[in-house]
Amino acid sequence: MPAKNRRTRALLRKTAKIIVIIVVAVIPAIPIWIMYAWLIAQSFSARVIQGILPSGFTLSNWRFLWTRVSTVYEAGLSIWPYVANTLYLALGVAGLVVLVSSMAGYALSRMEFKGRMKMMEFIIALHAFPSVILLIALFILLNKMGLYGRGYVTLTGIMIVKAGLEIPMASWIIKGFFDNIPWDLEWAALVDGCSRWKVWRYIILPLVLPGIGAVSIFSFLSGWSEFLLVYTYVSNEKLYTLPVLIYYLISDLESMPQWGLLTAMGLFYTLPVLIFFSTSQKLLLRIYVGGVKG
Amino acid sequence: MRLRVGRGILPWLFLTPLLVMILIAWVGPLILTVYLGFTDLSYRNFLAFIENFFTSKVHYTISNFQRILGLKDPKIAEVIRTTVIYVSGTLAINAFFSLLLSIAIAYFLRNEIASMILRVTWLLPRVTPGVIYALMWVWFVDPRYGMMNTLLSAVGVPKSWLPQSWILYTPYSRILMIMINGYVGASFGMIIYTAAIKSIPPDLINAALVDGASDFQVARRIIVPLLKWPMLFVTAWQTLSLLASYEYILMVWGGGRATSDAYGVASESGVLVWSLYSYGKAFAEKLYGYASALSMILVVIGLALIILYFKVFGFRRMMEPSKVEV
Repeated sequence: MPAKNRRTRALLRKTAKIIVIIVVAVIPAIPIWIMYAWLIAQSFSARVIQGILPSGFTLSNWRFLWTRVSTVYEAGLSIWPYVANTLYLALGVAGLVVLVSSMAGYALSRMEFKGRMKMMEFIIALHAFPSVILLIALFILLNKMGLYGRGYVTLTGIMIVKAGLEIPMASWIIKGFFDNIPWDLEWAALVDGCSRWKVWRYIILPLVLPGIGAVSIFSFLSGWSEFLLVYTYVSNEKLYTLPVLIYYLISDLESMPQWGLLTAMGLFYTLPVLIFFSTSQKLLLRIYVGGVKG
Repeated sequence: MRLRVGRGILPWLFLTPLLVMILIAWVGPLILTVYLGFTDLSYRNFLAFIENFFTSKVHYTISNFQRILGLKDPKIAEVIRTTVIYVSGTLAINAFFSLLLSIAIAYFLRNEIASMILRVTWLLPRVTPGVIYALMWVWFVDPRYGMMNTLLSAVGVPKSWLPQSWILYTPYSRILMIMINGYVGASFGMIIYTAAIKSIPPDLINAALVDGASDFQVARRIIVPLLKWPMLFVTAWQTLSLLASYEYILMVWGGGRATSDAYGVASESGVLVWSLYSYGKAFAEKLYGYASALSMILVVIGLALIILYFKVFGFRRMMEPSKVEV
């Protein structure tokens, strides 16, 4: 019975396919789901049973939003100064990156100059080069420039460094957005007597706004998530950003297992990332590939 | 009066901020790393050096490299072994497992919604801020509060195989190190491969299907051969970034409180990789010269690999790694 045979074979293949999908993509994903489920469940419950089952709904883990909380790290800890520090760093990085890379992206996309090709190769090479290697030398440079251990000046130094590390790739992305704008539009304005600056400001800029938006979100998030630079360079505890603060609380887990507080704080800190990610997934996807993470 | 700027200068005006930033954040530190690698800069002469870069208290020396390359540093052999395990293990996930993953999600799975849910799931580790990701792992493998051991014994792994601590004991700690980084790295391969699979002309696959090929045959005989370049790209790219990455290892195994305790339990747990060793030499032991020499070796490897990539891939492929050439 060849027909029946074929049907069973097709069924077998379909089953095999589903098994492959489950073994490769679903089962290994279970830890990820569990971890997120725990993060959320733990932050809203007094205690959890069996790892992820919440019991006793409570908001007291989130009390850090409206009162001071006591931790091993600091007796009366208020989270808002740390939020302000993180925002300062992230907004600063985003501003610098957008300003510099939109100018550079425009030049790379639209202008003829000697060494343009070399310049682009250089940017791609920088992009491939893992910047964390430079941490030690950057530490010495910050010291030399007098930006170390000086309050907000230090945070500003970190902001400049972080922006500098992000800028080559950001310029590359913005160049891509400029490349997609038809030349004719620009020509028409130039022929009508616009200066190049005016063309840039009134014609090109509005058209690349989505690109600029993507880059600013991305650089804001990378500033928001930055851990190593702040952890390594900031010695003044008042200037810690959220990730460093949370890291310190993690290392206190053994003496004071405040999982509830920690997860609530962690979720609070992750929230902007998740919001941006869910609203502009496609754009961020393109960009996240280029990150420095292994 | 309008300021007239020559055509030749204008592009450079636009590029100057970029160049300045690159100089501060990349070129300067790069040169400084090389320079420091040949000095004995440490906590002893650090302040003098900050005041004056050419102070006589800092000596030029090649002893850093003699210690590293001559394996005279007692830790270096161990560090090299750990680094090889780390990079090759994680690379297997990032380059090969992610290929299976992409074929499963982007080709085998025809249901759009399920495919999207899986894709988002696998992206989460990359998107989540590192500290939170590390926190979730610290909890997950905790023998008292976490789920790792519970899950493993639920699927029949004998209790005696499960460690008291996934963080402290080898080989579990090394498995954990590879998993933590692998979950992040898998999505890199997934994004590149998925884009490449989507860019394969449907005719090619349909023709094979009409001729009676199964989906498995299509995957093996059409998709995998066509993904040769993206695979090479992912492998190359990830090798370099893995060699330099230690952030998650520092977060999970590091000492917490202060950079002066940067090593934490990494050495005892067998997860002290090259780049973390360099970090610890600088910020825990404050031997900046030696640490720079360790970094410099990574810089040299990195530059050599980048030159190799340009030779192998050419500029175009470096820019658009996900295009498939049919």
